[in-house]
Amino acid sequence: MSEQAFVQVRDLKRVFDVSKPWLNRVLERQDKQFLKAVDGVSFDIRKGETFALVGESGSGKSTVARMVVGLLHPSGGTVSIDGVSMSDAKAAQERQRLRKRIQMIFQDPYASLNPRWRVGRIIAEPIHAFGIIQGDAAITERVGELLSLVGLHPDDGKKFPHEFSGGQRQRIAIARALASNAEFIVCDEPTSALDVSVQAQILNLMRDLQQKFGLTYLFISHNLAVVRHMATRIGVMYLGRLVEVSDGKQLFAAPRHPYTRMLLDAVPDLAMVGKPREGVKGEIPNPINPPSGCTFHPRCPLVFDRCRVENPPVIDGVACHAVNAGRVAA
Amino acid sequence: MTQPVLSVQELTVEFVTRRGTLRALDKVSFDVARGEVLGVVGESGAGKSVTGSAIIGLIDPPGRIAGGKVVLSGERVDNLPPEEMRRLRGKRIGMIFQDPLTSLNPLYRVGEQLVETIQTHTDLNAADARKRAIALLDEVGIPAPDRRIDGYPHEFSGGMRQRVVIALALCAEPEFIIADEPTTALDVSVQAQIITLIKRLCKERGTSVMLVTHDMGVIAETADRVAVMYAGRVAEVGPVRDVIKEPLHPYTQGLMGAIPSITGEAERLVQIPGSMPRLSSIPKGCAFNPRCSKVFARCHVERPELIDVGGHQVACHLYDQASAGKTEIAA
Ligand SMILES: Nc1ncnc2c1ncn2[C@@H]1O[C@H](COP(=O)(O)OP(=O)(O)OP(=O)(O)O)[C@@H](O)[C@H]1O
Ligand SMILES: Nc1ncnc2c1ncn2[C@@H]1O[C@H](COP(=O)(O)OP(=O)(O)O)[C@@H](O)[C@H]1O
Ligand code: SF4
Ligand code: SF4
Ligand SMILES: [Mg+2]
Ligand SMILES: [Mg+2]
Repeated sequence: MSEQAFVQVRDLKRVFDVSKPWLNRVLERQDKQFLKAVDGVSFDIRKGETFALVGESGSGKSTVARMVVGLLHPSGGTVSIDGVSMSDAKAAQERQRLRKRIQMIFQDPYASLNPRWRVGRIIAEPIHAFGIIQGDAAITERVGELLSLVGLHPDDGKKFPHEFSGGQRQRIAIARALASNAEFIVCDEPTSALDVSVQAQILNLMRDLQQKFGLTYLFISHNLAVVRHMATRIGVMYLGRLVEVSDGKQLFAAPRHPYTRMLLDAVPDLAMVGKPREGVKGEIPNPINPPSGCTFHPRCPLVFDRCRVENPPVIDGVACHAVNAGRVAA
Repeated sequence: MTQPVLSVQELTVEFVTRRGTLRALDKVSFDVARGEVLGVVGESGAGKSVTGSAIIGLIDPPGRIAGGKVVLSGERVDNLPPEEMRRLRGKRIGMIFQDPLTSLNPLYRVGEQLVETIQTHTDLNAADARKRAIALLDEVGIPAPDRRIDGYPHEFSGGMRQRVVIALALCAEPEFIIADEPTTALDVSVQAQIITLIKRLCKERGTSVMLVTHDMGVIAETADRVAVMYAGRVAEVGPVRDVIKEPLHPYTQGLMGAIPSITGEAERLVQIPGSMPRLSSIPKGCAFNPRCSKVFARCHVERPELIDVGGHQVACHLYDQASAGKTEIAA
């Protein structure tokens, strides 16, 4: 990419120590155990687009998200947003200024809203914290405006989070994210806990707000149909690695990586009435002892010698020896 | 018409709470034919699980069946004494739940649990029961079943555990299986395998299944017919193709447009305003009326009953030609 992207993630890694306590290890003669939750992930997000990460449970999506917003330290690699490094000690001051431009929305809106605070105070909090507006009257007015923006009533600010349904709570979380005039919002499974009719309301709202304010989203979901609906570009993760990055619709029209193909074959879809499905093989291996080489190799229909020993590099958006060696039409 | 394996007729379930009596199911009716997979879909709180629990007599107090009946192969079972009901569960009705760990005891080897269930429901001796257990594990796709049979549940992955639960449900060759969100806790690629498995087994054995899920995609692929539930009532029942391609009920129509598809071209999802009502505040008349774009006067006063519309049943006043005109005038 010639022009510098808004968000740049380079060779991002995160290792977790999942060892048993020291005494157990000594008694059972076990070594320390490490889990590579994220293992060398790189991608760019352009301003105003929705970049989606999709993958099955445990593939590392949330871990990437938490490192991107600075909630978790990477074990290796870098994240920079609008040219500011998220880890370089020298950039501490710039990072402080950057902070209010980045917000995060979680799957469970209830857990992320303080149950003892009224909704108005929850939404006003980032306005106070970043000193965005001064004066109580002006802040109250702004909170009412934000509530209307997400489809709630300004008077709803007087209520407590438990008085709202799941979808309404997610609207409150979105209003709070917008309160600091954030430009970049990281959304981790924002609709996975919601019913489909409510999910549609939230997805539509997120798209409207994106158009209105030129927001940039990192959108995480395990639901391929939701991702297809929302994303400009999509990254597919498997066992901590990014196996394919592609333009949104292109990924579905012409998937290239064997795992992406398998995943697309597996999705139950409304259009599938009465159609037989392709066989899907195996399960995700234990991430503590991942397979050698390409970690997908025990399940891959195209596997050959090289796959068992060598981790395929991402070339032209795909990390697969067979695709990269031109063994398959892709 | 041949006798259905399961017939649920005007089933009503109530929970008595401090704040009054809550009606979780309100006259739910449907039939399941032999070898048929009936999908039951609906958003959270629609009453899907309560329906399943009521059929197998597992509604705990303060809940109770307040009306209607459940008929299994011609025999009424909702009023059986608890002891007989317990025998029926597992023997004639098998169960598969979302979390396989609720059906498996973590302290016992998988084989012990299978053998015990087989011996409870058949007169096989221990050695033959074990052989049968191994055959069942093989049938549900557990590799090396003669070795894995001695493993504990925690030694199996989520998908493998769900396969064991399916084997457990099949032990006594039940005529009917209730599967409540059997794939919801599983990853997509494993979910696909489990769906294929349930479908194959039912076809081979002629077992009928009630497949409960909130995932329309799973229904599209697995079910022969589908019942759409809303606020404790059946809104629409019909062949899966008709309900998905030509839904009649305004709620089903909205739902279909609200679901993103991996093939669809919709730029914007259909939005149904509001959300499912709480049990304590179910609207009068049609329970969907505050969210319905086609609501009219009669919808606020009279509950729509299921009526036949071209091989498909729907509970909506729009399709009740005979009286639609009259009510407009009356209102
Ligand atoms: N023990 C109980 N006491 C009071 N209300 C109950 C009880 N069990 C269930 N309900 C209510 O009955 C209604 C139907 O519940 P049910 O669990 O069948 O919904 P569901 O369709 O399975 O939803 P989900 O998809 O969330 O599991 C809900 O409103 C629920 O709150
Ligand atoms: N704090 C932690 N300690 C140990 N392992 C973790 C921790 N956080 C995440 N993991 C592991 O990292 C992997 C990726 O996790 P996560 O990013 O949460 O996956 P996803 O969000 O895609 O479901 C998983 O195997 C998970 O169990
Ligand atoms: S690298 Fe080899 S094993 Fe991995 S996806 Fe490509 S062909 Fe399959
Ligand atoms: S009965 Fe009335 S409110 Fe209910 S779905 Fe039909 S038109 Fe809508
Ligand atoms: Mg996650
Ligand atoms: Mg349920």
